[in-house]
This record gives sequence, structure tokens and C-alpha cells, in this order.
Amino acid sequence: MEILTFLQYSFIQKAFFAGSFVAIVCSTLGLFLVLRKMSLIGDGLSHVSFGAIALGLFLGIYPFYVAIPVVMIASILILKISEKIKAYGDAAIGIISSLGIAGGVILASVSKGFNVDLFSYLFGNILAISITEVILSVALSFVVLTVIYFFYWDLFSATFDEEYAKTTGIKTNFINTLLTLLTAVTVVLSVKMVGIMLVSALLILPAVTALQFAKGFKTAMIMAGFVSLISVLLGISFSFLLDLPTGATIVMMNILFFSLALFYKKIT
Amino acid sequence: MNLIIETKNLSVSYGQTEALTNVSFTVEKGDFVGLAGPNGAGKTTLIKTILGLLPTSKGEIKLFGKTKEKFNDWGKIGYLPQKLSTINTLFPATVDEVVTLGLLSQKKFPRRITANDQKRTSETLRELGIFDLKKRMLSELSGGQQQKVLLARALVSNPEILIFDEPSTALDPESRESFFQLIQKLNKKNGTAVILITHDTGYIGQYANKLLYIDKSLVYFGKFSDFCQDEKMNAYFGKYEQHIICHQHN
Repeated sequence: MEILTFLQYSFIQKAFFAGSFVAIVCSTLGLFLVLRKMSLIGDGLSHVSFGAIALGLFLGIYPFYVAIPVVMIASILILKISEKIKAYGDAAIGIISSLGIAGGVILASVSKGFNVDLFSYLFGNILAISITEVILSVALSFVVLTVIYFFYWDLFSATFDEEYAKTTGIKTNFINTLLTLLTAVTVVLSVKMVGIMLVSALLILPAVTALQFAKGFKTAMIMAGFVSLISVLLGISFSFLLDLPTGATIVMMNILFFSLALFYKKIT
Repeated sequence: MNLIIETKNLSVSYGQTEALTNVSFTVEKGDFVGLAGPNGAGKTTLIKTILGLLPTSKGEIKLFGKTKEKFNDWGKIGYLPQKLSTINTLFPATVDEVVTLGLLSQKKFPRRITANDQKRTSETLRELGIFDLKKRMLSELSGGQQQKVLLARALVSNPEILIFDEPSTALDPESRESFFQLIQKLNKKNGTAVILITHDTGYIGQYANKLLYIDKSLVYFGKFSDFCQDEKMNAYFGKYEQHIICHQHN
């Protein structure tokens, strides 16, 4: 079919390959985050990545090399602040998130030279992904998925009932730290695909779509992965064919699936 | 003497407020201990401290002869928390997934579930008469059924002690009776020790051989039958209240 000739382009192949990995990582982690009522941590960390990317550009270092450790440190800070000011719920996310944005804006203003580069990260573009970024995305996705595989039952138990998990010897503080660190890495990976402004959609939407139908935790995880993967592949394809922004098209595909899920649930 | 739990002068504080002071008691193999006291007496605090969910401020806890810090054989302890208070009941978990969580205490990293574990899960569900619910979502079940699933989670690791915090609140009278009969069977037949928190002292009288009564500190610990004859307790509770507690004792 002539319409599928775009699949021969190497930038499309790279986008499909890296995007598939990131899609599955986001949906898997997103399910834990949504069920723990921590959905907005993805949003907060993506704002931190704005500041971190600005710092990378300011220092003349490849932005992702700066963003990964900085966002990981920010994720730990969110946990620590949450523990200190327990009564204020997710205020810690707001504090760290605004610190990221404010830091980024100040750096952009001081440098005056990289505003265009920085703002390209706001909405992402997976079609412009370099081979280094593909390797980095796939390698880090593999690391995140491997960690989830080995800690699957610990994560499940701590998500379902944290107090009970402690009574079975699971170190829930360690599991919480691990989950936020994995989220930090995943957020940075997703920035290239959908941009800082839309990262949280990749974490939240596949999970909430799957939760409309899932008949078990494993089923929910598989369904979320499937929805996420299809959304990314269709999003990339439509964005190329219709000349639309890729990140936004991927998110719209996710929203379409979520709406269909709600509609189906209503009529059945 | 097969000591399972031993506390010595245990005190627990929430910030500056002391929730429990100087509580000492022991639980041996085969004991059925009823833990009673008024609202806010520290019953749940005591249990959570024993389970390592709250820190001690003074005193010592030994589990199976080891200090709490050195103890790591959590599979020997089965815990059924107060109703479903800490659980998101809309969580997309099937009954067998929930019950399997009770087996994690016996596993080291990386925790993996084997075919034998699945068999054990099915056996436990059969013993409790809820095998047909195995693939149902927890969120689809009634309060009583959910409570039975959590009981299965507590029993699946074949624990040597079972700790129940107000277990019968979600159960109808019929389920409540069968629930207590099952616990009694495990206690008598297997020698499984039981600690039961309940406001309904009638159940303590009916099933427990020991009473642990606390009100921020230890009021009474000993045989239930002795409690009813105890002059000091008579002075503490007054004749009427002591009679009410003992009256339902079969």
C-alpha cells in the first residue's frame, strides 16, 4: 500500500522503535502511579526537566545527561518534602515543579542564546530523534522494565496495601523511592517524544483507559501497555501523514482511546 | 514454653503524647488472647507496634525469641487489619492476586510466585469456601466476602500466630459465627496462637483463654476465668461491668 511507504523512512523507524519502548515503560509505571494517587508526580517532574534541560543547554552539556540526574534528585526531594509536610498532600510536587520552571526561565533569560532549543523541548518531536537518543531511550527503558520485573510483587503489594506490605517484610520506603526514581528516568525519556507539557498524559491516560476494563492487576498492566503502544504508533503515523505535531497527536490518540473506553463502558 | 510474642515494659508515643505505657505480656503457642479496652485505649497501636508498623519509644518486643530488629520471618505471622481501612477497594486485583500477597513474607528477593504457591492459594480459598471467587475482582465482592479474602491472605502462609483487629465488623451474624468457629478450629487443631481485638467481650469469653485488657497501660493480663474472680478487677471495673464482661463467658 502506497500510504505505508512512509514506514521506509529511517526517522520513522527510529521513532517507532524508541517510541514503542517508552510507551510500554510509561504505561507500566503509570498504572502504579495512578493507583497510588501519585499521577501528578509525572507532571511535576516534567516541569523539573524543563529547568534541568535549560541547565544542560546553559552549561553546553547534552541536555539529557544533565536532566536524568537532576530529575532523579528532584524526585527524591519530592518524597522527602512530602514526608516533612505530610498534612499538605501533594504540595511537595508543586514546590519542586515551580522550582524547575523558575530555574529554567531564569537560565533562559540569562543566557539569551538557547531559547529556541529550550522551547523545542516543551512540545517534543520524536521524528527528530537522533540515533544516540534512540540508544539511550531503549537502554534506559530496558533498565526500568527490568527493575519493574524484579520488584513486581513488591510494587504490587506496596501499591495495594502499603501497611500490610510492611508486615510481610517488604521495605516500602525503599519501594516508594525506587518508584519515584523510575518515574524520574521515564519522564526524561518521554520529553523527547511528547514534550514537557504533555509527559503526564503518557503516564496517566493508558492506565486510566485500562482501568475501565481490567479484570485483574496483570490484565490492567497488559491492557495499558497495549493502549499506549497503539497510541504512540498511530500518533506518529497520523502526525506524519497529516503534518501534525507528533507529541500532541500521540496524546490525542490516547484521549480518543480513553473516550472510547468510557463510551463502551456506558453502553454495556 | 513456646514463646511467640513477649513484650517487656513496652511504651509507644505519638510525638509528645504517650499512647501506651509499660505494657508487658506474653503469647505462647496455642494461646487465644482476647485484646480489649475502651476506644482510644491503644489496642491497634499495640498490634501495629508488634508488627513493626510503629516504633517503640521504650521497652522491648521479642518475636519468636528474637528482638523485633532481628526478626525477619514474617511468614509466621498472619495479620488481618481493621476492616478494609487501608485498602483501595476499587483496586483492579483479583481474589487470587490478593491472597498471593500473603505468601510474599516467605520469599527473598526477587520474589517470584511458583506453581506450588498458586496451589497453596487455591487450597486456602477452598478451606474458606470461597474458591469460586478466585478470579473475581475484589471490588465486585460484598464487605463480608472481602473480609474472607483478607482472612485467606492472612492464612495462606500457614502462620503460627494470627492477629485480628476487629475482624467481625463487616460480617453478618451468620458469617461472624462461622468466622470465629474457623479461628477456634485453627487454634485448637493446629495450635495456632491468636490475638483478637474486639469490643465484643462476649466473643473473648466464648473463644479466648486469656484476656489482655489495656487502657493506655496494662489493666489485666491473665486467664479469662481468673479475671472474673479477680478482686482487683472488681475494684477497677466495678461489679456491674466486670459481670457484663464475664457474663457472656460460656
